[in-house]
Amino acid sequence: MGAGLSADLPQVDSPHVVAGRDPAIHVQSSDSRAMEQTQSAGEDGRITPGRDAANSLLDRGAKVSLAGLEKRFDLIGAVAGISLEIGSGEFLTLLGPSGSGKTTTLMMIAGFETPTGGDIAIDGRSVIGTPPHKRNIGMVFQNYALFPHLTVAENIAFPLKQRGMDRAARARLVTDSLAMVRLPGYQARYPRQLSGGQQQRVALARAIVFQPRLLLMDEPLGALDKQLRESLQLEMRRLHAELGITFIYVTHDQEEALIMSDRIAVMNEGRIAQVGPPEALYDRPCDRFVAAFIGESNFLPGVARGMEDGMVVADCGGTILRAIAAAPMSPGNPLTLTVRPERMHFANGVAEDAAGQNAMRATVTEAVFAGERCRYLLRCADGTALVLKEPSRAATRRRQVGEELRIAWSVADTVVV
Amino acid sequence: MSAGTPRLPLPLPAWAAKRTKVGARGSILAEHSGQFLLVAPLVLYMLVFYAAPVLAMLARSVIDPHPTLHNFARLSHDAVFFHVFANTVLTAVIVTAGALSLGYPVALALSRMRGTAATVTLIIVLLPFWTSVLVRSYAWMVLLGRHGLINEALRAAGVIDTPLRLLNTAFAVDLAMIHILLPYMILPIAGVLRQLDPALPRAAAGLGATPWGTFRQVVLPLSMPGVIAGTLLVFVLSLGFYITPALVGGPRDMMLSQLIAQQVDLLNWPYAACLSATLLLATLALLGLCQALPGVRGALRPAIR
Repeated sequence: MGAGLSADLPQVDSPHVVAGRDPAIHVQSSDSRAMEQTQSAGEDGRITPGRDAANSLLDRGAKVSLAGLEKRFDLIGAVAGISLEIGSGEFLTLLGPSGSGKTTTLMMIAGFETPTGGDIAIDGRSVIGTPPHKRNIGMVFQNYALFPHLTVAENIAFPLKQRGMDRAARARLVTDSLAMVRLPGYQARYPRQLSGGQQQRVALARAIVFQPRLLLMDEPLGALDKQLRESLQLEMRRLHAELGITFIYVTHDQEEALIMSDRIAVMNEGRIAQVGPPEALYDRPCDRFVAAFIGESNFLPGVARGMEDGMVVADCGGTILRAIAAAPMSPGNPLTLTVRPERMHFANGVAEDAAGQNAMRATVTEAVFAGERCRYLLRCADGTALVLKEPSRAATRRRQVGEELRIAWSVADTVVV
Repeated sequence: MSAGTPRLPLPLPAWAAKRTKVGARGSILAEHSGQFLLVAPLVLYMLVFYAAPVLAMLARSVIDPHPTLHNFARLSHDAVFFHVFANTVLTAVIVTAGALSLGYPVALALSRMRGTAATVTLIIVLLPFWTSVLVRSYAWMVLLGRHGLINEALRAAGVIDTPLRLLNTAFAVDLAMIHILLPYMILPIAGVLRQLDPALPRAAAGLGATPWGTFRQVVLPLSMPGVIAGTLLVFVLSLGFYITPALVGGPRDMMLSQLIAQQVDLLNWPYAACLSATLLLATLALLGLCQALPGVRGALRPAIR
């Protein structure tokens, strides 16, 4: 899915871009070296540098820089020193299990928690000591946090009112932002009259209506059912593309993180375990925690035999396997290899020692048909349990429990963790 | 969050279940017959020992010694009654305003505390509840008396030469009543504030509201149910206060309950009953009026949302 946004851009029909009359939509993606894309939504679509500096899409998102950020707690959720650079217009997700410190980190950026160490800089200026109401950051909470005594229109106008905007301008922006979250005409409703998904859209509209340069989201889809969550995920990606502002998104749902993010920072016990684009995390997890937390992984314990063409050669229960390693491994070192279940396949006919392939023998211990795929539990000769997922085809023979088969996978899909 | 009244999953006796089915929808009586059985003993007790005597007493205002509206006619040109009634309402207004302005900040603090601090504060707030009104009123007499603690302290400090007249004034009544009624204001407000989703003030701050703006636009409006409940409670209790004004008030600051007691002392039962009926009607009228205000109806129900 990549940086993800480009695929969606053609859908963007944005007469209601809150930030204004700028004809161009620009997305700066993930990695700092990243490609830049310009999508025309007007007659010519090229950005004229400096023409309208305040409105320039290039500069719509804030740069956020966390340096050694720390929050000591007795309770769970402490943050133990985080350093991270978030680019302008990036969609960054903090992903981790509960208690990993991701929400605490977000709350420190928003200003609701005070760090016990380190620094937070937004657009190069430290915001430590700046109270939340002066940070000009949009925020969406898990339970929406809509004001129950105010109508939808009053909720969305709330940040505008705080900024002293007059009534007519407020009403216009409310209309625009409701159109943007696809809830036109809902001005007079009260939050309790809306469904969960609609409430979340209103919360989104309220968080972006004052054109913040940074939007923080704390598990905004956590309370919604799966289908609604999936449609809102796409909607948020669309909004991100339209607005061009920086999103920092907190979730414990790895699939959601993979679908939406330019980059993901996986957090564990108050630290960042790994940060990178979704594919990089999925294909090259740096440790066992990341490999297990994002997607499903097989782990093969073994011993290093040495290096060969930059690959580690390992002995896993008598089978010689090759794998990608971040650093050279000296012979005799114990190690663990990881492979994704869907990257393995049954390979009875394939020649031994095919180039770039790992192969071993395993016995089927369980076979489950799950519609789009079949899921097999296997046992290797040394007793290691493996999972293999195979796309289901009518023509493919279902494997039986007890069959001993050869399985193979690419060396490129094998990583030392 | 749920709209209806939460129903207890009580197993109904067979006959009740049957009646529920027959009665179908609409008949509250049939639907809740099991619950009515549970409250029946108390209802009976209240009818026999409370409602009946009160009604009999109130009836005396119009039938003693023979059916007449004479007492109410007398009320309408009784200057003492008007003076006392006005003083009673004024005192109730001052006490309610005082309790609200002192109680709201405490309720706010209480709702934000957690753990031991919250428990200790709650105990301090509730402490007056556990002492009798009589004892607390005497305590105020000790403080405010001519040779009371305050006067003696001021004299010792050289601030005054002759003792101030503190006791037996309207000021003393207001002071003591605010103190005694404060918990009735604090508890409902703190209860509502505690229910407030802590994400709401945060959201307001995140959207650019100053701390004062957050309070005025979010916290205060959402705490109105508690404010209304506390205000009504304190106001209604103030209207009928007797012991405290009798002990620390002066003869010119008489309240309605004192006037009623005075009439009873004079064995003028019908007029006392007439005054009681007036106090009761005034209170009920006030409650009815408040019910009609938008938003209050919901406030008197427990959970809001």
